[in-house]
Amino acid sequence: MDCRQPCCKVTPLTTSKHTESVARKMLLRFEGILNKIFGNDLNPFYYLGALGFFFFWVVAVSGAYIYIFYDTGVKDAFKSVESLTHEQPYLGGIMRSLHRYASDALIVVMMLHLLREFILGRYRGARWFAWFTGVPLIWLIFTAGINGYWMPWDTLAQYSTVAAIEWLDWLPIFNEPMSPAFISQEVLNDRFFSLISFAHVTIPVLILFLLWVHIMRISYPVVNPRRGLALGMLLALLVLALIKPALSQGPADMGIEPSNIGIDWFYLFIFPLQDSWSAGRVWALTVGISVLLCVLPWLPARKKQIPIAEVSLKNCNGCRRCVADCPYEAVVTRPRTDSLRFQEEAVVIADRCVSCGICAGACPSSTPFRSDEGYVSGIEMPSMPMAGLRAAMTDDLAKLKGDARVIVFGCDNAADIGKLRGEGVAVMSLPCTAMLPPSFIEYALFENQADGVFITGCRENDCYHRMGGLWATQRLAREREPRLRGRVERERERIGLFWASSADFRELAKELESFRASLRGLAVAPAEADDRHL
Amino acid sequence: MAKPLQYISQGLFYALFMGVIGYFSTLPPYTHLPPDETLIKLSFRHAGQHVGECRERTPEELAKMPEYQRKGGTKVCPRGRSDVVVELEMDGKRLYHEILRPSGLAHSSNANIYRRIPVKAGVHTLKARLKDHPGDDFNYVSEETLTLAPGRILVIDFKAATGGFIFRNKNITTKTQSEGNK
Repeated sequence: MDCRQPCCKVTPLTTSKHTESVARKMLLRFEGILNKIFGNDLNPFYYLGALGFFFFWVVAVSGAYIYIFYDTGVKDAFKSVESLTHEQPYLGGIMRSLHRYASDALIVVMMLHLLREFILGRYRGARWFAWFTGVPLIWLIFTAGINGYWMPWDTLAQYSTVAAIEWLDWLPIFNEPMSPAFISQEVLNDRFFSLISFAHVTIPVLILFLLWVHIMRISYPVVNPRRGLALGMLLALLVLALIKPALSQGPADMGIEPSNIGIDWFYLFIFPLQDSWSAGRVWALTVGISVLLCVLPWLPARKKQIPIAEVSLKNCNGCRRCVADCPYEAVVTRPRTDSLRFQEEAVVIADRCVSCGICAGACPSSTPFRSDEGYVSGIEMPSMPMAGLRAAMTDDLAKLKGDARVIVFGCDNAADIGKLRGEGVAVMSLPCTAMLPPSFIEYALFENQADGVFITGCRENDCYHRMGGLWATQRLAREREPRLRGRVERERERIGLFWASSADFRELAKELESFRASLRGLAVAPAEADDRHL
Repeated sequence: MAKPLQYISQGLFYALFMGVIGYFSTLPPYTHLPPDETLIKLSFRHAGQHVGECRERTPEELAKMPEYQRKGGTKVCPRGRSDVVVELEMDGKRLYHEILRPSGLAHSSNANIYRRIPVKAGVHTLKARLKDHPGDDFNYVSEETLTLAPGRILVIDFKAATGGFIFRNKNITTKTQSEGNK
C-alpha cells in the first residue's frame, strides 16, 4: 500500500494553532517566572495537587496530636484547647497552629489546582473522572474545616456553629429547625462535642478515600511534592506558627452575640456572605457552582477530540510498552484473541483515551524503517498513522532548501511551531511530543538527509498529557524503551531539545536559530558521514 | 537567574505565601453585629389548636373500635391544627409578624419558628402576641420594658403550659406587665 495515497493522509500534522485565553497566557507567564525562581523541578504550580496531599498529611498528623488532649464538653472543649495552646506551647501550640495553617494552605492549593486545570483545559474527555470526583472533595474539605472551627468552642466557634446550623435549617428537609438547640448555654449538650469530634475524624477518612478515587484513573499520579518544595512549605508553616500562633478568641457564651470576630476567610467566608445575602442565596450559589463544576467536562468544547487509538492485532506482539507509557491507564492487555503466537494483546479503553498518541510513540512496530507495504503500527492514531507521518515528513524534508535543514517535532498543546516553518525548517506538530518514536529521528537524519532534528513540547514537568515530556526525554536519553539507537547517539549534536509553552515562543525561536547555527559548524550531514563509515 | 537572586526570590515567595495564609486566617475582622445593636431571637415550637371542635364518639363508633383503642379516650378531634400567628412590637411599632403553618403533611404537628431580629440597643418596650386558634384575637400577649445591652441576645420563647411568652437572658427588667393566657 502506498501510504502517500489519500487513505493514509495525515490531517492535523503540521498545524498546531490554538486559540489562547487571556487567563492561559497570564498563567503561563506567571509560571514562567516561577520556573526562573524555583526551576521546573520545584515550581509549586506544577505540584498543586501533590501539595494538597502534603498539607492533608500535615493536618492529619498535627490533628492526631491535638486530638489526644481534646476533651468533649461545653466547658471542657475550650479549656482543653487553651491548656494545649498555653501550657505546652512548644509542641501543643505549634501543632495547633500547624493544624490551622496547613488546613488553610490546603484550601489555597486546592482552589489553585482547580483553577489551573480549568484554565489549561485539563478537565475534558477522559479527564472528567478526576475533575468530577474533585467536586465532592471540595465539599468534604470545607465541611471538615468548618467542623474543625467548632471544636475549640470559642466565640469564633459559636459564630460559625450558629451560622452553619442556621444555613442548614434553611433546607426544607428537617421537620424542626436545629437552631433552637444552640439558643442558650443551658440547652447546649455535651454530646454535641462528642458528635463533632467524631465527625472531625470521620470526614478526613472520607476525604482520604475520595483522594484515592480522585487519582485512580491516572497512571503514575504525583502525590508527593519534591522534597525541597515540601520542606520549604513546612518551614514556611512553622515560621508562621511561631510568628502568629493560632489562638482561641475567648470562650463561647450563648447569651452574647459575637460581634467583632477574627474570621478564617478561607473556610468561613460563606457565613458573612449569608449575613449580607440570605441562607437561600448562599445555597443557590454553592449548589449552582457545584453543579456547574460537575457538568463542565461535558459542556461544548471548542476543540473536538480526534479519534482515539486503535490496536492493529496483526502488528501487536503484546510487549506492554503502550500499557506502561499511557498516562491515563487507557491501554491494558488481555489474553490473545487471535492465532498469533504471542500471549497478550493490547486493548484501548475507549472512554479513558484522550488521543495523545503516546502509545503509538511507544510501540516498537512504529519504526519508519519498514517497507511501505503493510506499514501499520501495533497501536496508532487513526487520524495520523505512522505511515502517513513518515510520508509527510519525507515530503516536507524534500522541500527544504539551503544549509542547516531541520525538522522540528512539537506538540499541539505547547508553543505553536507552525510559525517556525521556513526555507530550511520543516515542522510537525503532534498531539504530544511522546507520540514521536525515536526511530523517526534516526530516519530523518539518516534516510532523509536532514541536518538536524529539533524536538520541543510543553514545559518541563508540565506536560499537557502528564508524562509525555518525561517519556520523550527518557527515550532520547536511552533510559526508556523505545530508545534512540547507538548510531544516532554518535550524532547527538544534531538533535536539539527545548521545552517551551506557548508563552515561550520567542525563546524557542532563538534556541532553534542557535541550534541551526551550531549545525552549520558541523562538517557533514550524518547520512554522508555514515556512508563514509561504510 | 543567578543563584543568590533565586534564593532571595524563593524566600520572598514563601514570605508571600505565609503572609496570605497568616493574614486571611483571622483578618480582616468581621463585624457580625454592629456595636450599638442587640439581638432578639424569637424561637419556639407550639402546636396550634385543632381547626374544628372536638366531639365525643358515639357508642356505635366506640363499639366498632378495638378494645385497646378505646383506652385513648372517647373524644375525637379533627387532625389539622390552626396556624400560629406571632407578632412582635417594639416601642409601639411592629417589629415582626409571621403566620406559621403547622408542620406535617396534614398540618397536624408543631409550628416552629427561629428568627434573628437585630435591634438598636437601649431601653425598649417589647410586646409579643400569639394567636393559635382559628379566631381573630391574640390569645397570648406579653409586654416587658427591658434594657437591651449591646451585643446581648434576648431570647423570646413560648410555652403555653407556663402561661405564654418567656423572655430569657434579660439584662435589666424595669417594668413587667404580662397578661398571660387571656
